[in-house]
Amino acid sequence: MIEMDINDFRGIHTLLVMIVFLGICWWAYSSHRKKPNDEAANLPFDDDEIDQRTREQDKTEKKQ
Amino acid sequence: MSTVNPSITYNYKVVRQFAIMTVVWGIVGMSLGVLIAAQLVWPALNFDLPFTHFGRLRPLHTNAVIFGFGGSALFATSYYVVQRTCQARLFSDGLASLTFWGWQLVLVAAVITLPQGFTSTKEYAELEWPIDILITLVWVTYAVVFFGTIMKRKTPHIYVANWFYGAFIITVAVLHIGNNLAIPVAAFKSYSVYSGVTDAMMQWWYGHNAVGFFLTAGFLGMMYYFVPKQADRPVYSYRLSIVHFWALIATYVWAGGHHLHYSALPDWAQTAGMVMSLILLAPSWGGMINGMMTLSGAWHKLRTDPILRFLVVSLSFYGMSTFEGPMMAIKTVNALSHNTDWTIGHVHSGALGWVAMITIGAIYHLIPKLWGVQAMYSTAMINLHFWLATIGTVLYIVAMWVNGIMQGLMWRAVNDDGTLTYSFVESMEASAPGYLVRMIGGLIFLSGMLVMAYNVRMTIRQKEAVALDDGAVQAA
Repeated sequence: MIEMDINDFRGIHTLLVMIVFLGICWWAYSSHRKKPNDEAANLPFDDDEIDQRTREQDKTEKKQ
Repeated sequence: MSTVNPSITYNYKVVRQFAIMTVVWGIVGMSLGVLIAAQLVWPALNFDLPFTHFGRLRPLHTNAVIFGFGGSALFATSYYVVQRTCQARLFSDGLASLTFWGWQLVLVAAVITLPQGFTSTKEYAELEWPIDILITLVWVTYAVVFFGTIMKRKTPHIYVANWFYGAFIITVAVLHIGNNLAIPVAAFKSYSVYSGVTDAMMQWWYGHNAVGFFLTAGFLGMMYYFVPKQADRPVYSYRLSIVHFWALIATYVWAGGHHLHYSALPDWAQTAGMVMSLILLAPSWGGMINGMMTLSGAWHKLRTDPILRFLVVSLSFYGMSTFEGPMMAIKTVNALSHNTDWTIGHVHSGALGWVAMITIGAIYHLIPKLWGVQAMYSTAMINLHFWLATIGTVLYIVAMWVNGIMQGLMWRAVNDDGTLTYSFVESMEASAPGYLVRMIGGLIFLSGMLVMAYNVRMTIRQKEAVALDDGAVQAA
């Protein structure tokens, strides 16, 4: 059995975090994520209808 | 998506409340800043009273601008953005209202207690334990409203701005509770549970992440919504925004040690703080480039749209201060800059240039939308505000660079026999012109906020006038 101390765990932890980070990069940039990413990027432009309805309701509430 | 529930509306009331208080606390906090800057030029302005002394008003200035101005802006924009990108109304109108009144109560408590000298002495965490408990309650309510809204979302994705806002809310909760653990000994007196260098490390783990999460991650959430909205095009690269998020989140929490260079903190912890600060340059600039490049093909809009100019110039200042920060975290550079005005200049290039400018841009974008009018009362006034803010910021930071480097050089200068060339007082005397320029810069920045307040007031009154006309027509 090999003796392991806290510093070995620190080294392994660094490696694991690096692998997770590279995994996130690979995932974000993989081609199958292109469509979902484009959809998400357009979310700020998809809800004008609700915004409009809110303003109309706020207007009628003010009048009453 | 909205066809699923055709009757849904958003809660804009709480957003309107926080948006107005952003301007109010901005003026309060920045006025205090100008006052204490003036005290450094004319010390008689502390009026020889304990309540108006620099040492008591300086924490009030930082609390009012960070938690009053910045905090209100974060509440306003996060509540607006989370509703609009999730296509869902806030989780609870009642709880949202509770966060508004609770947060204002915290700020009023700061205004009352800090000038009286009630302080835990921890920078940016000066408020005493009863107020800390109130902050915790408000913050947990905020988290419930924010994440509750995300859980109600009608969209398949969680937009990147909400990731940043979410990380800001969770991390600030952890930081606030971690750093403020204290044993109360009286109604407004407590002692930290940590001691010595551990207490210092806890404080700067909190302090630097107050910058990293309160003043950066939250405002990056703002950037990822309002820059695309104002430029009318989606963010340059969504996949870069994902990598930006995880890299920034993973790196920021380790950088606090650079506040304690050459202190009793173990050397390895100082070096770790320095290395992580240097690594931080990558995600910071990745995010800045992502925001800037959103304008590619739309640069001409900067000529006509002062709101977009606020947003883009804020990103330039962000890029500048996130380059300056890692540089100052290098131990040999820090040996010159530590405890000098350079630090204050660095903070304000971030606070005025980045945080305040992106907030101002976002609020100008929001006000007409929230009150149902086409545009702000006066675009010329927004333009004027833009130049006042830019000139004010530049004067401020240049004055502090000159002072800081000069102080650092004077303090380290030694004669041949090893004695110090200058006394501390001599370095203070040499700093006086810089303090005057800094005060003038701050005053110019503050005058821009007053122009903003007038413009906001007129925009809202315009709306009320229109509403009154409608009523008259109906009555007739």
